[in-house]
Amino acid sequence: MNYEVVIGLEVHVELKTNTKIFCSCPNEFGMAPNTNVCPRCLGLPGTLPVLNEKALEYAVLAGLALNCDIAEFSKFDRKNYFYPDLTKAYQISQFDLPVCEHGYLDIETDGKSKRVGVTRIHLEEDAGKLVHEGDTISLSNASLVDYNRAGVPLIEIVSEPDMRSADEARAYLEKLKAYIEYTGVSDVKMEQGSLRCDANVSIRPFGQEEFGTRAEVKNLNSFKAVQKAIEYEVERQIELIEDGGRVVQETRTWDDNQGMTFSLRGKEEANDYRYFPDPDLTPLIISKDYVEALRNTLPELPDVKKERIINDFGLQEYDAGVITSSRGLALFFDKTVELYNEPKKVCNWLMVEFCRLLNTESTEIEDSLVSPENLAQLLRLVEEGAISGKIAKTVFEDMFHTGKDPESIVKEKGLVQISDEGALDSIIDQVIAQNPKSVEDFKSGKKQAIGFLVGQIMKETKGQANPGLVNKMLTEKMS
Amino acid sequence: MNYFEYKMHEIIDLLEKKEVSAKEVTASIYQRIEDKDPDVQAYLTLNKDKALQKAMEIDEKRAKNEAVGKLAGIPMALKDNMSTMDLLTTCSSEMLYNYLPPYDATVVKKLNDADAVLLGKLNMDEFAMGSSTETSAFKKTRNPFNLDYVPGGSSGGSAAAVAADEAFFTLGSDTGGSIRQPAAYCGVVGMKPTYGAISRYGLIAFASSLDQIGPFTKDVTDCALVMNAITGHDGNDSTSANVEYPDYTKALVNDVKGLRIGIPKEYFGEGVSQGVRDNINDAIKKLEELGAEVGECSMPNTDYAMPAYYIIATAECSSNLSRYDGVRYGLRSEENSLMEMFCKTRNKGFGSEVKSRIMLGTYALSAGYYDAYYLKALKVRNLVKKDFDQAFKQFDLLLTPTAPGTSFKFGEISDPISMYLLDVCTIPVNLAGLPGMSIPYGTSEGMPVGLQLIGKPFDESTLLRVAYTLEKNTDKTILKAGFKGGAE
Ligand SMILES: [Zn+2]
Repeated sequence: MNYEVVIGLEVHVELKTNTKIFCSCPNEFGMAPNTNVCPRCLGLPGTLPVLNEKALEYAVLAGLALNCDIAEFSKFDRKNYFYPDLTKAYQISQFDLPVCEHGYLDIETDGKSKRVGVTRIHLEEDAGKLVHEGDTISLSNASLVDYNRAGVPLIEIVSEPDMRSADEARAYLEKLKAYIEYTGVSDVKMEQGSLRCDANVSIRPFGQEEFGTRAEVKNLNSFKAVQKAIEYEVERQIELIEDGGRVVQETRTWDDNQGMTFSLRGKEEANDYRYFPDPDLTPLIISKDYVEALRNTLPELPDVKKERIINDFGLQEYDAGVITSSRGLALFFDKTVELYNEPKKVCNWLMVEFCRLLNTESTEIEDSLVSPENLAQLLRLVEEGAISGKIAKTVFEDMFHTGKDPESIVKEKGLVQISDEGALDSIIDQVIAQNPKSVEDFKSGKKQAIGFLVGQIMKETKGQANPGLVNKMLTEKMS
Repeated sequence: MNYFEYKMHEIIDLLEKKEVSAKEVTASIYQRIEDKDPDVQAYLTLNKDKALQKAMEIDEKRAKNEAVGKLAGIPMALKDNMSTMDLLTTCSSEMLYNYLPPYDATVVKKLNDADAVLLGKLNMDEFAMGSSTETSAFKKTRNPFNLDYVPGGSSGGSAAAVAADEAFFTLGSDTGGSIRQPAAYCGVVGMKPTYGAISRYGLIAFASSLDQIGPFTKDVTDCALVMNAITGHDGNDSTSANVEYPDYTKALVNDVKGLRIGIPKEYFGEGVSQGVRDNINDAIKKLEELGAEVGECSMPNTDYAMPAYYIIATAECSSNLSRYDGVRYGLRSEENSLMEMFCKTRNKGFGSEVKSRIMLGTYALSAGYYDAYYLKALKVRNLVKKDFDQAFKQFDLLLTPTAPGTSFKFGEISDPISMYLLDVCTIPVNLAGLPGMSIPYGTSEGMPVGLQLIGKPFDESTLLRVAYTLEKNTDKTILKAGFKGGAE
């Protein structure tokens, strides 16, 4: 039988506020365990939460970016459950009245466009982190808790079950990441946990309206993992059904090393979270003016930006897509083009040389030592003929590693292109004298023989000779 | 000198005139505690060294004519559910038998800023759940009027300490009557201000939407003075009201002419004892004589307030008390598995009243029951509020008994429903978030009767004015504890 795949994603995003969501501890990472805490985020008896308004602002910005309606009336609820990483034994979250609802994102796979619904975005606090002695809490003799992360503001973005393949899920997640990144409310880095994704996966026979039973897959720590886990889960469910079994509703964890999902049953108990409105926090009344003021601060978002650079600069659809897929790249592109108005050249450098180096060195563009000013200067040096395109690549690598500007690199290393006939004259004469056979070949009509001679001259000049000029002088001297 | 017998405002005068030092006053109170607390059992923890130290600092400041706070040198004590930095804060529960808060509650800071002297921490019903202070895990506090009787609860220690002259004032907390009912039983003045008037930051929660801190004092003037020190907006509490807070001493006016006082008939049902009824009727007559306009009114939803309260309060408490799991502080039962640790810690740490309320609340919030219980209770709460709104269209304040009867002997009331009914007159006020005040008004069979005044939101001043007028015009509001009984 043929099955249709149904996927919905639940995405948690850490908001990049200065302080935690309900206390004034800095929202920072990498500190010694349990040093970035206060009575409030430790949930000590008698403490009360006070909402960090920046967190609300960021949630609204994210909602606006994802085309959501912003609730005029919203509230916080308590999600009650016992776990050592939860300081109050309840998480302050939002149940039935989230800040944002009814949004969407347009994705593209195989050249086909599709709209994926965003059901809701709600604000909540993060929990602490458990470190187990064994593999899991149930198998370990001891566990340690670090509450530094407790109270970090999160938004949970829940999609509609609109995706029909792992590719679509990945495309949605990448688009989501780009959109959130553009708003600046989060770093959205999966590897560092500021973007976390759970996938709800089910299958159903084509044509069936009713959804199949879904499994929730957790522990997806990269885009690749999301894709692979969904692919695996679909296969598993198909096999299960084909073998006469049935899918159970459960939480499964993805094991990246084994490339498989495993049931978490046994550990997870059937939880009744007993949500109820948090009496310590007053309801959120969000005015239209507040929302509109925030809407006006939204930057140009990826799809709009992509359209613009296609229309204004004549970039290819694919290239424009790559350039706008990350906020850093897009900003870098914009700034460089402002300084050096050759969008296509800039785009090529970014996509080829820059992205290659960023990838091999696994650096983020924001952390790179290369500035738009320096890239523009480099491109100008090539255009002016001061250096050749080939030298430019060497210079760029140097810029990438040292952060120096191209002019100083060219000067320091003596890489300036030789475009002076006087300087080249004797070298050319010498090469002609040393290679009589090639000269003969050329004269007898084998025009391609000039290539060898140019190569020799470039070698003598360590690649600095202006190739056009060398060609011209050689031809003149040999005729 | 027996300074402990004075009212707080009298001591303030003596201190300002430098006729007595803060150290002398504080030492005198500690002497009183030493003499009387073995009988009364109001205190759980004493803060003697620091208190005397603070008193001496204030004396030094005064000697140098430096500015001091409004309650400078006044010895006072706190219910043991208010967080005091580095001083045991147990909620009278085994669960927190060793808990030392690393921070001060906002009220503690405010009293500290006012230069009041913290004597110690007071006994209470465990986690403020109870009406007789008998659910305390540590001791039974006795009623200073008769040591065989309960002080009321849950702030029984706070009421008894003031009644026994073991503090010039104390703070308690009131979720369903926990200040007013023990104030009534112990013959002292107790005020539960409007919800939001006093920061809850640092008050260990029982039911967050109902809890409110308030003072116990020996008379109405002292009540106004303490209110001045502890009310006010606090950015640490999102439910704290950002309004103008008056100078409550301005309300100390001996005049009720033209004030419209409503008598809600539902508060005078069968359960109200004759002794209470007679005294309250006497007060009503007195106020009429003094020029108040008294009229009857009806609050039809009063009967539903109690069940709604026990759903809302227990639901909130089930969540508020979840954090006591043995992981971070307080009691921990060392077990082999996480689940066992959670369960045994909570089983050992909580007493039976607390457990039953947690279970009730957990049930009320459970999937499938939420709408039938919790949501319905919220609707009733709104109806109760509307009853008050309606009444306040006609009246400036309402007058009722604080409790249907007077104090009772230890163990006399054991079934929970009868115990819950002791708060029948006070609970609606918490549901509506209104200010309520209890003042002594006469006695019945030797035990004090409490009169409750209920006001519009943030109109504590009118309550103080009526209470002050009664105090000035009768001899029934200042009662002296006789320390009867107690033979064991
Ligand atoms: Zn904190």
